[in-house]
Amino acid sequence: MKTITEQKPFEEISEALSGVEKVYVVGCGTCATMCHTGGKSEVLDMKEKLEAAGKKVTGWMVVPTACDELTRDALEENAKDVEEADGILAMTCAFGVQTIILYTNKPVYPSLNTLFVGKEDTPGHFIEVCMQCGNCILAKTAGICPLVRCAKSLLNGPCGGSVDGKCEISPDVPCAWQMIYDRLAALGQLDKLEEIVPIRDWSTSSAGGPRQVTISG
Amino acid sequence: MKAGTNLEKVLVSGMFAVTAEAGPPKGTSAAVMQRKAELLRHCCDATNVTDNQTAIVRMSSLAGCVLLKQQGVDPVMQIVCRDRNRIAIQSDVLGAIALGIGNILCLSGDHQMFGNHPTAKNVFDIDSIQLIQALKAMRDEKKFICGDDISGEVPLFIGAAANPYADPFEFRVTRLAKKVKAGADFIQTQAVYDVAKFAKWMEMVTDQGLDKQTHILAGVIPIRSAGMARYMRDYVSGVSVPDEVVTRMEQAKDAKEEGAGVAIELIEQLKEIPGIHGVHIMAVGWEDIVPEIVKQAGLLPRPVL
Ligand code: SF4
Ligand code: SF4
Repeated sequence: MKTITEQKPFEEISEALSGVEKVYVVGCGTCATMCHTGGKSEVLDMKEKLEAAGKKVTGWMVVPTACDELTRDALEENAKDVEEADGILAMTCAFGVQTIILYTNKPVYPSLNTLFVGKEDTPGHFIEVCMQCGNCILAKTAGICPLVRCAKSLLNGPCGGSVDGKCEISPDVPCAWQMIYDRLAALGQLDKLEEIVPIRDWSTSSAGGPRQVTISG
Repeated sequence: MKAGTNLEKVLVSGMFAVTAEAGPPKGTSAAVMQRKAELLRHCCDATNVTDNQTAIVRMSSLAGCVLLKQQGVDPVMQIVCRDRNRIAIQSDVLGAIALGIGNILCLSGDHQMFGNHPTAKNVFDIDSIQLIQALKAMRDEKKFICGDDISGEVPLFIGAAANPYADPFEFRVTRLAKKVKAGADFIQTQAVYDVAKFAKWMEMVTDQGLDKQTHILAGVIPIRSAGMARYMRDYVSGVSVPDEVVTRMEQAKDAKEEGAGVAIELIEQLKEIPGIHGVHIMAVGWEDIVPEIVKQAGLLPRPVL
């Protein structure tokens, strides 16, 4: 499981950093390194670009895992360079950005777009498999999630646009319901598709407002 | 009678029904819908008004239906699940009934990436089968989805779509059975060109007795040009246009006449398939041709019930 990110266009970053003369850059040694969006070489490239754009880079680091609390220690260890900066550019996923803001009073700017929490299905290829809906229905769908893998989040089988195993939106996108059908057929559970899946309770998903959980014990 | 609409009366009487489709304008003109009503009034039993078809913004189906109704046409309001959640949909249904609309067709809706607002956020709070089920409960139990009571009568004749040409083929009958179980009173199918495949699907449908539990209208899209035939064959997901139809259109001297001819021949063949209760002619943007096709197919005059 990895958080999949992509680099924002440099113009967007420049715009966000307008008025920020001195920048401290933070990369991440886990997901963003793997995605080639926030590893050491991307951080060094960014440093060069920022300097070419007239900024001063007061320092940089690639923390092991930006979303971990150890990021606090890393910021403390580099306090001098961080303090000198007007802002921090985070070449991390949004979890990293929101971890850094907990431990600094400096403004933090994201350098990446966080796309999804992805699963590697074939080497180097990541797909979205879960949107954390809070009400898992994988038992009915042979372990394949129609909420994220079907372009219309359908619950009662493939729409009329499913052809040759592909989704109507693109020949590059497999039809989730064809996959579910095939797997249920192999499991001898096609009868599951005959029952009508009732209207969902979406209140457990982000539709229900910000979610929080306290784990006791 | 569930809603007592003209469409329901014709289907219940056992007569072979004819429905058509009217696409609302990409603008505010009531006259556009009135003209379509004028064209279609005498040649079909009911007319569907599309709901932002292919995700291109048009006048709402509800408004289009009211304009048709004022001209004496029995409208079929289409509802797609793409743009509205359960709150908006149920509210529209109440309003539609208050305005005299009794037929509602439930659809998933084409993905917004096909339309003119590809950056929109879609809804898909409920899917088309759940929508059918919800409308049935609104009508039969007078309950909203949440279980609260609805005040007043809820006369509805509920429709759904079916596409025998989509995959997996074996599931297509199951999906129809689910729609019937959910409460679909009538079905309008995707456009038929490959009659043999359609007949095979209908055989499976009749084997399960589904044609006795719902009224199935076979879809027909008249083709206007060879370019349109090729486009539908190559780019419209879930439509299957055989090469021979494309060749016929390419070789025709008068493409429009040929396209109408193909449609008439298809209707003749569809009439013979056991379990078919009517045809649904989708000539969106070419509504002028519908009266001629219906006439040539021997389906005029339409019954007055
Ligand atoms: S049903 Fe919900 S929890 Fe289960 S995989 Fe899909 S999004 Fe995740
Ligand atoms: S083609 Fe398949 S994946 Fe695409 S919207 Fe339809 S059912 Fe969902």
